[in-house]
Amino acid sequence: MSRTAILFLNVFVIATCGLIYELLAGTLASYLLGDSVTQFSTCIGVYLFALGVGAWLSGFLEKSLSRYFIEVELAVALLGGFSAPLLFLSFASLQFFTVVLYCMILAIGTLVGLELPLLMRILREDLDFKHLVSRVLTFDYVGCLLASLLFPIFLVPDLGLVRTSLTFGICNAIVGLWGTWVLQSSLGRGVVFLRVRGVLVIVLLVAGMIKADQFTTWSEDQLYSDAVVYSSTSRYQRIVMTQRANGFQLWLDGNLQFSSRDEYRYHEALVHPAATLVQQPQRVLVLGGGDGLALREILKYDTVEHVTLVDLDPAMTGLSARFPPLEDLNEGAFHDDRVEVINADAMIWMEGSWQPFDLVVIDFPDPNNFSLGKLYTRRFYRQLKSLLAKDAAVAIQCTSPLEAPRSFWCIVNTLESAGFAVRPYRVSVPSFGVWGFALAQLQPFEIPHGCREDLDFLNDDVVETMFKLPNDMLPLATEINRLDNQILVSYYDREWEIAR
Amino acid sequence: MGNNYGRSRSRSTQDIGRRDLLASFLGASGTVFLEGCQSRDTGLPPGELVGPSVALGHRIRDGLRPSFSEHDLQETQVVIVGGGIAGLAAARRLHNAGVEDFVVLELEREPGGTSRSGQSDVVAYPWGAHYVPAPTREFPALVRLFDEVGVFEGTDAAGDPVVAEQFRCRHPEERVFYKGLWYEGLYLSSGASVQDRHQMTRFQAEMDRWVAWRDGQGRRAFAVPMAAGSDEAAVRALDMISMAQWMDQRGFHSPRLRWWVDYACRDDYGLRLEQTSAWAGIYYFCARIPEAGAAARPFVTWPEGNGRLVRHLYSGVQAQCLLGAAATEVIPREIEGKPVVDVLGVKADSEQVFGYRADRVIFAAPQFLSRYLIRDYREQVPQYVSEFSYGAWAVANLTLSEVPRSVGFPLAWDNVLYESPSLGYVATSYQRGLDYGPAVLTYYYPLCDDDSRTGRQRLLQLDREEWAEIALADLGRAHEGIRESAQRVDVMRWGHAMIQPRPGFVWGKARQLACQPFRSIHFGHSDLSGIALFEEAFFQGTRAAEEVLVALRGRVDSIL
Repeated sequence: MSRTAILFLNVFVIATCGLIYELLAGTLASYLLGDSVTQFSTCIGVYLFALGVGAWLSGFLEKSLSRYFIEVELAVALLGGFSAPLLFLSFASLQFFTVVLYCMILAIGTLVGLELPLLMRILREDLDFKHLVSRVLTFDYVGCLLASLLFPIFLVPDLGLVRTSLTFGICNAIVGLWGTWVLQSSLGRGVVFLRVRGVLVIVLLVAGMIKADQFTTWSEDQLYSDAVVYSSTSRYQRIVMTQRANGFQLWLDGNLQFSSRDEYRYHEALVHPAATLVQQPQRVLVLGGGDGLALREILKYDTVEHVTLVDLDPAMTGLSARFPPLEDLNEGAFHDDRVEVINADAMIWMEGSWQPFDLVVIDFPDPNNFSLGKLYTRRFYRQLKSLLAKDAAVAIQCTSPLEAPRSFWCIVNTLESAGFAVRPYRVSVPSFGVWGFALAQLQPFEIPHGCREDLDFLNDDVVETMFKLPNDMLPLATEINRLDNQILVSYYDREWEIAR
Repeated sequence: MGNNYGRSRSRSTQDIGRRDLLASFLGASGTVFLEGCQSRDTGLPPGELVGPSVALGHRIRDGLRPSFSEHDLQETQVVIVGGGIAGLAAARRLHNAGVEDFVVLELEREPGGTSRSGQSDVVAYPWGAHYVPAPTREFPALVRLFDEVGVFEGTDAAGDPVVAEQFRCRHPEERVFYKGLWYEGLYLSSGASVQDRHQMTRFQAEMDRWVAWRDGQGRRAFAVPMAAGSDEAAVRALDMISMAQWMDQRGFHSPRLRWWVDYACRDDYGLRLEQTSAWAGIYYFCARIPEAGAAARPFVTWPEGNGRLVRHLYSGVQAQCLLGAAATEVIPREIEGKPVVDVLGVKADSEQVFGYRADRVIFAAPQFLSRYLIRDYREQVPQYVSEFSYGAWAVANLTLSEVPRSVGFPLAWDNVLYESPSLGYVATSYQRGLDYGPAVLTYYYPLCDDDSRTGRQRLLQLDREEWAEIALADLGRAHEGIRESAQRVDVMRWGHAMIQPRPGFVWGKARQLACQPFRSIHFGHSDLSGIALFEEAFFQGTRAAEEVLVALRGRVDSIL
């Protein structure tokens, strides 16, 4: 390949890399801060402005253009390559995140803005101005097109944000390293040192790639490494939906709530044992469960006359209306005439309610803060008792008995201390691992039998085994979770800290 | 009420002087948060200046003595002057003993005194006292009261009642804000040196020693009520020095330990470390712990604070309570050889004069009022009356559109600012279980001046707008945007909020003398205990009522 052709290939690569960094910043900003229109718009604006700054600065560079070009490439490789991991790290503090984000965009934009003017001046020795401008801009724009297509179709879903950013950092570094040969004639002394640095940058980025692979299920970057297909920040939480080949996932404040691939296991296990116990549920209460998936299972019973669903967040109960795949998944549960939705804090709502329910399904997020922890207290369960018909059954999601045994048994023990007869059980949900539930009634009861036969996962045999706990999930003595100690939140924090 | 402070006025030198004045209430580090009197046009949310009825009170002080025809005096067995906790407790005791012929006179339109509460759209909130440590079996009369309110669920192994969780402080109970971050607990343990920790351990060992201490009669040093505690020399000696001196003597110099104890003194007594009797300072740490090694009794609380107890006490004697009725004169007489007491008064709204002739009077108002109300005292003031000193407090209730955001440890029941002269705030709506949406915070500011009259002047020289400004600026240190989310700021100025246990007062002569009946007037108020606690008000009111019952009937089975 001629020197000119190689340099045009460089234009193409750096144009692609440049746009990728911009898209990464915009995507991360809109995930983490919500409001994608504003975030994308400001990211692009700041980035384009920084390009201008870079182009203007290039006018001050007089001599050793090739050396500057290679230095800039290596700098972009480092900054751009590590942009996504750095932004994820700074995500811990949102205010801090914004500062890092815009500093990063400014720095990368300025460096990328330097690249093309420098390259054009280097190429000026080989081409006349007319052809130079037309070719360079052509490759630049084609590179941008490629980047904008690759990003949503291949990079985000298959590679993830962190590895995308590292990969394109490596591309930039290779351009720089290769440049030490292509532009060797105009580099003068110190070429070996430049090459050593180039190799060093590549080694660093590759090390980053390996490290990124080590993050598995629980790390934040993996968390958002799937394509984000919906995100919004409500008054109460951050709602994110991601998509991968085998289905979509819902995340609340970074915690997985379900994956469409295997949620049926979770929701069948949550609803049907309790419903079977009641046999002919008529008046049903759902606390939490704004995704409508527990509703879908409940509405399978023709005997159900009325379902009251109490979920704090209108953004959750309205999610399926804004995100059709979820509406397909919950089979339009919210359109059913029998369903009444109340957006309220369940504990406050309970105080003003009195009607007796014969089936109660509690599907709150895990107790990772005091506002959620109060929904697992003895006081809460005692208040719940006043809403129950004599033979009512209650089903409660209780986090993982394998990963967080103390939390799981704390919920079970607290229920018992509130005067319930409780049978804990567990089910395997691939997206979560082993998950635990509690089935409770006001009087002692037997394992439910006579499960409906049209389910995808449950049948009587499975129900029977769910209640038989293996040796690594046997009961633990715990304190009782009360409003004035919120012991469950500390159990939960400790256990999931270790699990992660 | 105007809400245009700093808006309608140009920024004159007068405003700058005002700004310096407000800044003096916030300490050096809080000044930057003052906004309302800067050129920035922020305005203040609306709100009200809530009682107490200062104007009528001052008119009585300055000589309002309406006359009343002797023939129109209404005869009654007992008149209770004051409808705070002590007065209501006295009324309850009479009522429970079958004496129904009594009347309670209360100047304010609401009963309860400093235990009063208010009501917003979001939640009820306290205007003063807002919690009581759960009583033990050692104070059965108080246990019975709490039991009637329905806060207990059974008894523990030791035989003490167990408080149901919804009436305890919601966890987390307290946190402290220091240099930009909230930390769990009141004692700032983050960043404590080895020395700090060592001193803390030693301090707690000293407290444990006092918890375990018993005198020859087996009495605790610090009991509830305080009258049940020991009066031996070792205990009384503590009252002769200040808490600061006591700590100096034992080498407690750790700044964060001293801050913690200073906070405790300001919180319970409205006094600084240097102004508080060591007896009272140690009482705060020991009285709640039944025995060495035992857990402290939990706080019993409600969103409206002790207003819940007021409601219960009041409901039992409502028919005999005359609200908005100020006593103006208490005149002991002898009519045909029989001692009586005439009590004259005015209605706060109509200025209509009324009068009672009673066999006995229970003076359940603070002692400082005796020199204005009791005719004989007015003519010759007993010397001890002037030894009763009362602290001034400002209380603000802030209604916010959103629960305030925090950096660091999350919202707690009690939220304290390390660098502020205020006591921070109680998250009233949090106790109600409200975690989202509108919130009510109750902000407390004791004026801890060396001369309590100075504190009172400083309290009263500021109006509603200025106290609101102080509350917003103070809390603005820890909660960015609180000014924007504030919907209302209502303010209460308590000129005589609570008796001050300065060194020498609790075990001095004045208190004992003031407890003695004067002719047919019996005294019952928390100030007679030297510490302004609910338990003491309840005890003193009940004790005075029992004195009256003895006088009326010859004997009584005491419940104390």
